[in-house]
Amino acid sequence: MTDLPQSPDTPIAVKKPSRLQEIWASDFLWQFRRSPVAMVSFAVVMLLVLSAVFAPLIAPHDPFNPATLNLMNGFTPPGEANMFTQDTFFLGTDDQGRDVFSTILYGMRISLFVGFAAVLLAMVIGITLGLIAGYVGGWTETIIMRVADVQLTFPAILVAMLIFGIAKGFTPPEYRDQMAIWVLILAIGLSDWVQFARVVRGATLVEKSKEYVQAAKLIGRTPFAIMLRHILPNVLSPVLVIATISLALAIIAEATLSFLGVGAPPTQPSLGTLIRIGQGFLFSGEWWILLFPSITLLALALSVNLLGDWLRDALNPKLR
Amino acid sequence: MLAYIIRRVLQSLLVLLVVGLVAFSMFRFVGDPIDNMLGQERTVADIERLRDQLGLDDPFVVQYWNFLEGAVQGNFGISYRQGRPVAEIIADRAPATLELAAVSGILALGFGIGLGIFTAIRRNGFSANLIMTLSLVGVSLPTFLIGILLIYIFSVELGWLPSFGRGETTQIGGWSTSFLTESGLKALILPAITLGLYQMTLIMRLVRSEMLEVLRQDYIRFARARGLREKSVNFRHALKNTLVPVITVTGLQLGSIIAFAIITETVFQWPGVGLLFINAIQFVDIPVMAAYLMLISVMFVGINLIVDLLYFAIDPRLRIDGRH
Repeated sequence: MTDLPQSPDTPIAVKKPSRLQEIWASDFLWQFRRSPVAMVSFAVVMLLVLSAVFAPLIAPHDPFNPATLNLMNGFTPPGEANMFTQDTFFLGTDDQGRDVFSTILYGMRISLFVGFAAVLLAMVIGITLGLIAGYVGGWTETIIMRVADVQLTFPAILVAMLIFGIAKGFTPPEYRDQMAIWVLILAIGLSDWVQFARVVRGATLVEKSKEYVQAAKLIGRTPFAIMLRHILPNVLSPVLVIATISLALAIIAEATLSFLGVGAPPTQPSLGTLIRIGQGFLFSGEWWILLFPSITLLALALSVNLLGDWLRDALNPKLR
Repeated sequence: MLAYIIRRVLQSLLVLLVVGLVAFSMFRFVGDPIDNMLGQERTVADIERLRDQLGLDDPFVVQYWNFLEGAVQGNFGISYRQGRPVAEIIADRAPATLELAAVSGILALGFGIGLGIFTAIRRNGFSANLIMTLSLVGVSLPTFLIGILLIYIFSVELGWLPSFGRGETTQIGGWSTSFLTESGLKALILPAITLGLYQMTLIMRLVRSEMLEVLRQDYIRFARARGLREKSVNFRHALKNTLVPVITVTGLQLGSIIAFAIITETVFQWPGVGLLFINAIQFVDIPVMAAYLMLISVMFVGINLIVDLLYFAIDPRLRIDGRH
């Protein structure tokens, strides 16, 4: 490890390795290659994300195009031929004859989209407020952190439910189903910014007193530029860890809300909505409608979670 | 000390006022209350009368004050959907949620502390490691999936326990309890496990890590050196010193149990306040949502306050720290 350059401008005698080799040999990837759990969960996440992104290409049916649906295909068990149409479906069909495999692929698209967008929103709000609180200080900091403290005393899922309820009240009834996805992103994003703000504020307080910030101040850079160009890059690594763990939480929060019937509508089902639909068939024996979306959700949440755990350890040398 | 208590109480009141403002704004600005309360067939006179009755023409501050006055007296108006006073509906539903929360809280605390001690003492034992691994899966499993899984195993496959509702209930002076009938107790088992499992794993992991921390201390080694029995060292010396964080976290978890009851109640169609709240969101029944918001905030803020004050009562070291 020692004979490899840590950055391109370190003077070295050995032949300069290519950029790719350099990344491959980096400490971070070395950690990654040593952890089977990280590799497996990364593979699962990538597989799921890619199959969600390319759902229109992979899915054998378009579950939301009524023209391709045949009600006669309803309740076909997985892998068996339908008794009327002789069609077979890899993971069976639901009550309306929609292919479960395709609905899962499309459902995952919505789950992941809501998850990523909500985390992004939480991140933008949290980083902005955290930087301002840490850098500006004074009563601005007091107000921001007090609000954060108060919000933290309530469970995030409850806050998300309330925001969803209020936002739903404000949208006109005819747009409610169309807007549901965006309202969901808003609700989960707003319920989750506190973690980011706290961490960024803490890190900013540390960075603020360092010499490079003093130097930037001396040469007359504006507070805005200092926060964005100097402090932000140095506080990003804990943010990355929180973002990964937040993603798992956001995916579960989205599934929970949709399962409770206060999230993605049946016209745009996410994994949670599919599980909600599937629960209705638990007693009548159509287990596949419930089981496969549940397993997908579990695999997704668990692997993102494990990846986050690993990332936390890998980015924190103290824990090694 | 006294100054700190007063400051904390004032802070809590401020938080409640702000939450009240949010709840009131929902009332006032989400949709038109007149539209929500009067049907299609209404006259201008009806509208005028109701406007006057609700005080919608009063200044904002006056309306807010009236709302708070009503809220303090438990008056949250009339549910848009059920046409009954919200306070009455909530009072009907509260026993179901409180009983469920109490049972799962006790389960979580009992098993959490017990398993936490066990896994800490047998740190490298096979069964302790197994429990720790299972708890990791338990944390990642969303609550509603646990509920569905339990329903599938114990109701669908084995047919031992009911999958929904409270079973038979007995009325004791306005409080409906399911503790006294067999079907009521049976109906309680699955929801209570579903609700308590997550809190249990949380408490277990906390007790374990605190216990491991304490067992490393010098005074434990000294207690062993004195030749005290293992049981005495573990329970009299180690456990006692792990309890401060456990009490505070458990206190805070008490609030989350009520909040997470929303999910469990939906899975099991448990007729409690959580299910009421979810239905209120689905149908945009603002008075019920506002009342639930106020109720749960009072509870959370109250629990937080009590936990903060408990800190001082339990750990004398904090009293000195808090003074500067």
